[in-house]
Amino acid sequence: MAGVGRHSLRGLIARRIAITVGLLWIISLLVFAATQVLPGDTASAILGKTATPESLAQLRAQLGLDRPVTEQYLDWLGGVVSGDLGRSLAAGLPVGELIGDRVGATLVLAAVTLVLLVPIALALGVLSGMRRDGKLDQLVSWLTLAGVAVPEFVTGTLLALLLATWLGWLPAVSLIPPGESPLAHPQFMVLPVLTLLVAGLASTVRLVRVGVAEAAESGYTEMARLSGISERRVVRRWVLPNALAAGVQVIALTAQWLVGGIVIVEMVFQYPGVGQTLVQSVQSQDIPVVQAVALIIAAIYVLLNLLADVALVLLVPKLRTRR
Amino acid sequence: MSDALRIEGLCVTTAGGEPIVDDVALRVGGGEIVALVGESGSGKTTCGLAALGFARDGARIAAGSIHVGGRELLTLQERELRGVRGRHVSYVSQNPDAALNPAMRVGDHLRELLRAHGQPRTDAVVAGALERVHLPGERAFQRRYPHQLSGGQQQRLAIALALACGPTVAVMDEPTTGLDVVTQARILDEVKRLRDESDLGVLYISHDLAAVSSIADRIVVMYAGRIVEDGPAAPLLARPRHPYTRGLLASVPDHRAPRRLRGIAGAVAAVGERPAGCSFAPRCELATDACRAAVPPLRAVDATRSVRCIHTAEVPPPPAEPLPARAQIDGAAMLEVRDLHVAFGEGVVAAEHVSFAVARGECLALVGESGSGKTTIARCVAGLHAPDRGAIALDGAPLAALARGRTREQRRRLQIVFQNPFASLNPRERVVDGVARPLRELGGSRADALRAAHEMLERVRLPRGLAASRPAELSGGELQRVAIARGLVVDPELLLCDEITSALDVSVQAAVLDLLGELRAELGLTLLFITHDLGVVAAIADRVLVLRDGCVVEQGGVDAVVTAPAEQYTRTLVAAAPSVGG
Repeated sequence: MAGVGRHSLRGLIARRIAITVGLLWIISLLVFAATQVLPGDTASAILGKTATPESLAQLRAQLGLDRPVTEQYLDWLGGVVSGDLGRSLAAGLPVGELIGDRVGATLVLAAVTLVLLVPIALALGVLSGMRRDGKLDQLVSWLTLAGVAVPEFVTGTLLALLLATWLGWLPAVSLIPPGESPLAHPQFMVLPVLTLLVAGLASTVRLVRVGVAEAAESGYTEMARLSGISERRVVRRWVLPNALAAGVQVIALTAQWLVGGIVIVEMVFQYPGVGQTLVQSVQSQDIPVVQAVALIIAAIYVLLNLLADVALVLLVPKLRTRR
Repeated sequence: MSDALRIEGLCVTTAGGEPIVDDVALRVGGGEIVALVGESGSGKTTCGLAALGFARDGARIAAGSIHVGGRELLTLQERELRGVRGRHVSYVSQNPDAALNPAMRVGDHLRELLRAHGQPRTDAVVAGALERVHLPGERAFQRRYPHQLSGGQQQRLAIALALACGPTVAVMDEPTTGLDVVTQARILDEVKRLRDESDLGVLYISHDLAAVSSIADRIVVMYAGRIVEDGPAAPLLARPRHPYTRGLLASVPDHRAPRRLRGIAGAVAAVGERPAGCSFAPRCELATDACRAAVPPLRAVDATRSVRCIHTAEVPPPPAEPLPARAQIDGAAMLEVRDLHVAFGEGVVAAEHVSFAVARGECLALVGESGSGKTTIARCVAGLHAPDRGAIALDGAPLAALARGRTREQRRRLQIVFQNPFASLNPRERVVDGVARPLRELGGSRADALRAAHEMLERVRLPRGLAASRPAELSGGELQRVAIARGLVVDPELLLCDEITSALDVSVQAAVLDLLGELRAELGLTLLFITHDLGVVAAIADRVLVLRDGCVVEQGGVDAVVTAPAEQYTRTLVAAAPSVGG
């Protein structure tokens, strides 16, 4: 692949950002279209069994649901761009106000998990990748395989059973009072974070290990050893920089998984995050909330992808410099 | 002359105890270049690595002693070994692209090495190390990454690294394989100059007798893990005393003294399958029961030479059979290529105004370095790549640009054999089915196709029992025979051969070239032969077309072009191409 020169590095990043913006727009279309095809509409969901044709028509007019779909979409998109996510039908509050804390709680959960996960994954990945098929490597292989194979809700339930029910060390559910930061209640975070760590570590360690092993068994690493470079230095200057490319992508993937896949863990521990909100609002057909949450999760996904792409280009000389 | 490197009684075995290298003794004096020569599977790289007290995963140094400048390596702890490696004995590997850290700058490679051995690592020291091998020492160059260097520059950097700490001895493992001949000649000159400037001993590992003949003071020949012959370069090359050395010499193509090439029948036995007695006996014409009974000792035949053969007195001088006369054909062109243009993105021109014709029954060689466009031209002729402009005609009838636009008959008449036979055969298919496939594609019945495939495999002298094997079970030489059989099974008139011997050992290459020569005579084949090797051209072709950067530099009869090149570029190429005689 042809590399890019220093002067076009900025161009490349600008192009990536443009693509990201385009992607976000397409996502907004998809999210809007998906909520349109949900069975029933918002008006009938609000009125429920008490609905009469007259009251339905009146509410639809009130909510603007009788306007053409394109108009509704443009209206919604205009609101999103200017920071107005609409009004929750169930709570009657502005969506932003309603989910602001939830998004914050989820991001805190994801961030805490990631901060713990990255160093552990790198350490385990390097230790097992440097000695492929060694004792530690085999142990790590088995454990991570088990971690990949067991779904999060099972791990979560088992951990809750062990640490909360039997040992009684921790609360089984994360009942964080509304309006308070989860960081103020660390005891409520331990179980969700542990569960996410187990599931996230399994795949991350496996992928980091492969990247490390490939670099450790390469010709350039052998050459470094044949030149009398110490093992510590070989790892730091030969293996790690070359395994980083794999590492960055893995970590981006894990972060994406954390944001999207956190739903299940939040449900298991009743953690007041965005995933729990999504499930609840889908159940109550609170369309504006569903749209906002889906859009936020998708946007985080796409932005993490952008970050990973840019980081990769900056980290790998071959992508960064001209031939 | 004190010994820079002395290896005695070296045995390297697999984890299961099978010997890879058996009882090897070697000496390299200060200021001496000793070539360790052998084909793949001979154990030469294992020996080279052992000189640094190193064995790859799955191998271990089981016995022996290794002295570097009077220091015994095999009793050292890992930490002490690290202080010797790169400092007193250094290594240059075959593939510099793989040996350099892709994420490390040129200058940092040197700085890391100097740091590891506690030596000063100022900009001036780094620049000096680079300039010593004729690389630019300036900062901008030091800040480059390996992928921003050419193949020749990468290898110079690898040599600069090997010499940076002023070692006693450097092990260079096929340092010029993969480089074009002009770069190879420069690197070889560089190695000689560095040896002359210091008291450096060099253990130069190579499969190429022609390349080492120009630099080696002494040559040590290995076969199947044992040394079979050891002596000063010139007399050893003039009069080999071991049948294997002789066979190797007879296999080496030489553009300065073209002769019929004679390969060595059979293939080297794999580790763990080596026969009792002399390992070479199964491929040797002189072998007797005594050879098969016990391993012959390495015996001195005179003051400077030793040979591991009980029949050394009977080894004849290397053959010098003349080539069959080159065809001089003036008949109508069978294949005609007119004004071919091919460009790839970003202004890479692979062919520009390329025109040539191949007469029925002749062999035209397209020769050039990598990037000269020779393979692209072959792919256009085969209909695998559509040229941007130009016409290709077979017997006067224009051919469609892509093979799928050509008639069945046209496709039958023009067949291609690729460089890598393993990649071009279906790994899940018996080789005989692979050979039968083109016939089936052209509409033959299964039974007829299989019969024809068996006949053709016999014709290319593939041992009979191998027809039902899968590609992974065959050696490179056997696979290339299968690929040739697949090309020939539909009875083509023109066979395109794209670097078909460049991945093979010389003894196997010689056998394949010899086979192709015979098939040509038997079947009246016309050949378009693509190669980078002038020696191969001289051994097989009638006419040659020299390519550079997609342009035809010169064309003419092989003897005329090789002995009296008209163009400067051809002269450079001819002068740089290695030759045992030269």
